[in-house]
Amino acid sequence: LAAQLSLSLAECPGTSSAQAGRAAACQGCPNQGLCAAGAAGPDPAEAAELRARLRAVRHTVLVLSGKGGVGKSTFSALLAHGLAADETKQVALLDIDICGPSIPKMMGLEGEQVHQSGSGWSPVYVEENLGVMSVGFLLSSPDDAVIWRGPKKNGLIKQFLRDVDWGEVDYLIVDTPPGTSDEHLSIVQYLSATHIDGAVIVTTPQEVSLQDVRKEINFCRKVKLPIIGVVENMSGFVCPKCKNESQIFPPTTGGAEKMCQNLNVPLLGKVPLDPQIGKSCDRGQSFLAETPESPATLSYRNIIQRIQEYCEQHHLQEEKIM
Amino acid sequence: TLAERTNLAGVRHILLVLSGKGGVGKSTLSTELALALQNAGKRVGILDVDLCGPSIPRMLRVQDSAVHQCDSGWVPVFVGQDKAIALMSIGFLLERPDDAVVWRGPKKNALIKQFVTDVAWGDLDFLIVDTPPGTSDEHISTVEALRPYQLLGAILVTTPQ
Repeated sequence: LAAQLSLSLAECPGTSSAQAGRAAACQGCPNQGLCAAGAAGPDPAEAAELRARLRAVRHTVLVLSGKGGVGKSTFSALLAHGLAADETKQVALLDIDICGPSIPKMMGLEGEQVHQSGSGWSPVYVEENLGVMSVGFLLSSPDDAVIWRGPKKNGLIKQFLRDVDWGEVDYLIVDTPPGTSDEHLSIVQYLSATHIDGAVIVTTPQEVSLQDVRKEINFCRKVKLPIIGVVENMSGFVCPKCKNESQIFPPTTGGAEKMCQNLNVPLLGKVPLDPQIGKSCDRGQSFLAETPESPATLSYRNIIQRIQEYCEQHHLQEEKIM
Repeated sequence: TLAERTNLAGVRHILLVLSGKGGVGKSTLSTELALALQNAGKRVGILDVDLCGPSIPRMLRVQDSAVHQCDSGWVPVFVGQDKAIALMSIGFLLERPDDAVVWRGPKKNALIKQFVTDVAWGDLDFLIVDTPPGTSDEHISTVEALRPYQLLGAILVTTPQ
């Protein structure tokens, strides 16, 4: 007997949602009994706590991909540096990649620790107006593996939002791990206490990346997360010696440009490969500051400006509505 | 013994391909390794436990294939020259290729256990297990589920930076 198998792939409604244990997708899940027996709906006291803590955050941007190794953390770090160049703006960078936290190294903050005060955990400051939080700061050694299942990761993400004293923040940037799983569901759920301006989705030109990114775009649509736009990293390489341009990761199916056209999503920009980017990240320096003449710097700056404009416009629209 | 009656009874060696970091070439290496071993006359299977970003089906040009059931369980998709590499991936179970698999840990764990125990792998010299980045649910569940069997070891993939 041969029968075609297909899965009902409605996503998990969330262990604290009103549908927990009761949705179609819960059938066969080993957690179903626990979820169905638990209290329905998110804890209102918890939601109120998060709302209070995040009240002073004006704009929140999530940096997502679906695919690993495309430059999410690199982009998050540079977005933070770019926005903080305006000394009148307060910028916060939150790294919720629990297993592979790259932000401490990229921001030159390896070895830093988190201090507690009466008002909560203090972020680690790169500049006076740029604060950072990551699980990396909580490890005794940078090589310690954080081998946690979903629920424990969710707990730490909640703590990052509830217990960190961010103060007044103009831009909260959240760097995420690859995938569409616990961390992503949780951050969207917890941040519904405040509002998220939108998501920036990072990719590289090849189809193997795009196929994961399309899933991420669908995830955003499912959870009603606005998409600010897509950034295509590693988009071409210009040899500094002979000036010849090569496609190291050829866009065999049209790259991000074609995908954005097909899915009606804005393409924020394309950033070429520059070996200096990786070097700056390894050394914890801002690539934008170290290599101001690189075509990649120009691309990044244009993209950062578009994100700023989106957030400001969004804010104005919200104010009009209110 | 338990091993004699399970779907992994005929598998001689199981290899995990790991990284921690994303985008370094785990799936690429898993695919090339499988093809090279098959070319050298070995019987090979690939188990893709990257549930959110399954890359192997496209790399072997079988992204439009479907999985069928038989008496012993799920039949893997046969790919490569002579259709001799056995492959299982969540990619084959999606209604649409762009469907996002947005699952929390417990549901991922349940499917991984099924992939390990319910796929009729048959006789293989090597079963290569491709993993997603990180050290989380998928990795813990895969190692736990494979522990009773012939786990040869792990290959770790990185890039220079």
